[in-house]
Amino acid sequence: MILVLTHINTIFLSLSIFQPASSQADHIATLTNYFIVAAAFILLVVTGLLIYVILRFKAKPGDAEPRQVRRNKKVEAVMIGVPFLMVAGFFIYTINVMQEVHPPAGNQVPDVIVTGHQWWWEASYPGTGAVTANEIHLPVHKKVLLQFSSSDVIHDWWVPELGPKMDMMPGRKTHLWLTINEPGVYEGACSEFCGEQHAWMRIRVVAQRQDEYERWLQQKSQPAQEPQHPLALKGEAIFNLATCGNCHTIRGTAAQGQSGPDLTHFASRTEMLAGMMPTTEDNLRDWLTDPQQVKPGAHMPRFIFEQDSINALVAYISGLK
Amino acid sequence: MGKLHIPEPEEALPGVELEDNQGLLQWISSVDHKQIGIMYLWMALFFMLLGGLGALLMRVQLAVPRNDLLSPEIYNQVFTMHGTTMIFLVATPAILGFSVYLSPLMIGANDMAFPRLNAFSFWIALCGGFLLYFSFLAGGAPDAGWFNYAPLNQRPYSPSPGIDYYCIGLLLAGSGTVATAVNLIVTVLKLRVPSMSLRELPVFVWMVLINSFLILAAFPSLNAALAMLLLDRQLQAHFFDIAGGGSSLLWQHLFWLFGHPEVYILILPAFGILSEVFQVFSRKPIFGYAFIVGSGMAIALLAFGVWIHHMFATGLGITVNGFFSASSLLIGIPTGVKIFSWLGTMWGGSLRFTTAMLFATAFLVEFTIGGLSGVSFAIVPIDWQLTDTYYVVAHLHYVFVGGSLFGLLAGLFYWFPKMSGKIIPEKQGKWFFWLFVIGFNMTFLIQHALGVLGMPRRVYTYPDLPNYTWMNMLSTAGAFIMGFSVLYLGFIIYKSIKSGKKAPDDPWNAYTLEWLTTSPPQLQNFKEVPPVKSFRPLRDLKQDNPNWQLQDDPWKID
Repeated sequence: MILVLTHINTIFLSLSIFQPASSQADHIATLTNYFIVAAAFILLVVTGLLIYVILRFKAKPGDAEPRQVRRNKKVEAVMIGVPFLMVAGFFIYTINVMQEVHPPAGNQVPDVIVTGHQWWWEASYPGTGAVTANEIHLPVHKKVLLQFSSSDVIHDWWVPELGPKMDMMPGRKTHLWLTINEPGVYEGACSEFCGEQHAWMRIRVVAQRQDEYERWLQQKSQPAQEPQHPLALKGEAIFNLATCGNCHTIRGTAAQGQSGPDLTHFASRTEMLAGMMPTTEDNLRDWLTDPQQVKPGAHMPRFIFEQDSINALVAYISGLK
Repeated sequence: MGKLHIPEPEEALPGVELEDNQGLLQWISSVDHKQIGIMYLWMALFFMLLGGLGALLMRVQLAVPRNDLLSPEIYNQVFTMHGTTMIFLVATPAILGFSVYLSPLMIGANDMAFPRLNAFSFWIALCGGFLLYFSFLAGGAPDAGWFNYAPLNQRPYSPSPGIDYYCIGLLLAGSGTVATAVNLIVTVLKLRVPSMSLRELPVFVWMVLINSFLILAAFPSLNAALAMLLLDRQLQAHFFDIAGGGSSLLWQHLFWLFGHPEVYILILPAFGILSEVFQVFSRKPIFGYAFIVGSGMAIALLAFGVWIHHMFATGLGITVNGFFSASSLLIGIPTGVKIFSWLGTMWGGSLRFTTAMLFATAFLVEFTIGGLSGVSFAIVPIDWQLTDTYYVVAHLHYVFVGGSLFGLLAGLFYWFPKMSGKIIPEKQGKWFFWLFVIGFNMTFLIQHALGVLGMPRRVYTYPDLPNYTWMNMLSTAGAFIMGFSVLYLGFIIYKSIKSGKKAPDDPWNAYTLEWLTTSPPQLQNFKEVPPVKSFRPLRDLKQDNPNWQLQDDPWKID
């Protein structure tokens, strides 16, 4: 029994709502624990009574018709009274936690603006010029404000260890407060069905100490590094020639497109295609060869590049640190 | 005591002119409520096999991480059709089938108030179902989920005609449902034996009556939303198109204003079925008749004040969320009342665990689990963590399967002898029960954990994160046990109809009027009905006639 419980315990300590890493998630986890105790109590009462009733009142051949009890006012009062008290208690607690976790944003400038796209996340940091995708860096021990919207359909931000989810809707702005406790990498995913590649719209939050975070932000505000290697230089030329810049931005170059992820520091992200695979030259090569093969439905067209061009593009893009 | 003669509404029964055994033609032309009720049940079983096939495809795809058996395009159509089928083409027709079959019998009437409308409702619902499935041949099934959120349901994001078929198919099926609700209300209010006051209505009929009002109030919202969506897609209207000044939230409001009452529409008649089953197999009247009826009404009224709890994560603000949190929490109270009323019915009884009673008993546990996980969504912050995850998938299956379907299966085993005139051997019924219960819990219990561990719903695949793989594999294995058990159910139904033992008129020593007539009832249900003195008229009749002979001892049914 204890073995089973410890095992269950270890399961829920891995990436889960019971492993809160922000004060918001912490509030929710505590509330959830109270709820589980109450729910377990009710389930225990119902199953306990049921088992007793089954054992005690199972018919035996030759039973006379039992007493035809129609009601019992005391039992009825308890039936309504006890659940009502429990419900009232949880309601008050709920309102408290809601105010703690999700106060209005007011006019405060958000720390990050996250925009959902089919099927990736755009994150821009107001006042800094830094724009990134899918891997979102945040400072610890600071109450940060995230602002959400969507460029197409409804998406939903969810990083279980960091707490509440929030829908991202076209034409509306929503927000979320986060006070992260510990530096670390937190996995999440889009949690509102958003079309063909909903499964591969994963988020990664990288929580850093304030100084590291500021260094990261400072670096990501810079324009892209000029390529040095001749192959990479050729890649840059192809990038501009092949209209890649109509959709993608590489700051410091002519590429200023807005509908695909910002590639200025692409190679500094550990995963590509919203958590689908690690950022490696091989994966990048496969992707450029035939996007529909790698992530069917993705909005990147197939360009039918020559092998040489792909090698040059890979050299260029994987140098964008 | 004077017995009341029940006239046969002959002119309303064109099927009467045909001889008894004219096969399919007689069924198609029938306006007899019993035949229509049975056709509803066949329709539900047929679409359950299709929807179940979809479920198994999904579970095979999800058995291992990064599986590429199904493309995302196909997977999204399959899960959309699974949900849409199970809600609109399985659960709804099954509920209506029992309602239409049993309500006239239980109130001592010979048919529905509007027999032709009854037939029309059934056939239009069936056509709606076929039209929905025709989309597979017409260029692609709907692929935006059964609740079909805007703007994903708009042309630019779902260009195949699937969602157009979704609109038309569900409009047809929905119109049929509304017409049936009107029909049931008039039947129950106008065609009761005159001596049966509303206080003597069997609990099942009460639930049907309440449910029919619920349908009348809820479906118009869906039908309006569907019409608006069809206009959006076909005539470039902008109800839900943001670029054109529409609102994506409007769809959610309209849909859930229907959708949440729909959940209760699918469970209230099951509550009614269970109440009858608990009474008969506990040999006691329902504990707190007024309470169980009153809580049904409370649920129906509260049902219209809770829809925002499907939208807590849309950022509507603390005031709105708080209000709907309170209303959603409140709905737990009448539901709890019902659970304890049934326990009270069993308490002190003489319990007979037939297959029907086994399903009713298991329901108490499964539905309590589903109800409690439901309460966690009323607690807004918990909802913020767990909405749209596998925890929801687990919850809704504990409510729809552990709740509605367990109730319907209890009803199926309880009334099968009446409907078919044949007996399902108890041994086979119990085999099915255990297979189904084990398969069901194996499939869905673990999905609570998957949700807590961060797996969103409606993903066609997932990365190999800790514990994901074995949990999903376990769930898939359970789904196959469930699938097998449903095939077995089909087999035992077929075999019993084909070569089962003949059923007596009143095999369970039951309490309500449908057991007074023959099994299966002849076209004219009753020639005469005794005066009704309580909600258990048949028991009263037996009590008043000490010489009443049971045709069969319920202990010996096997």
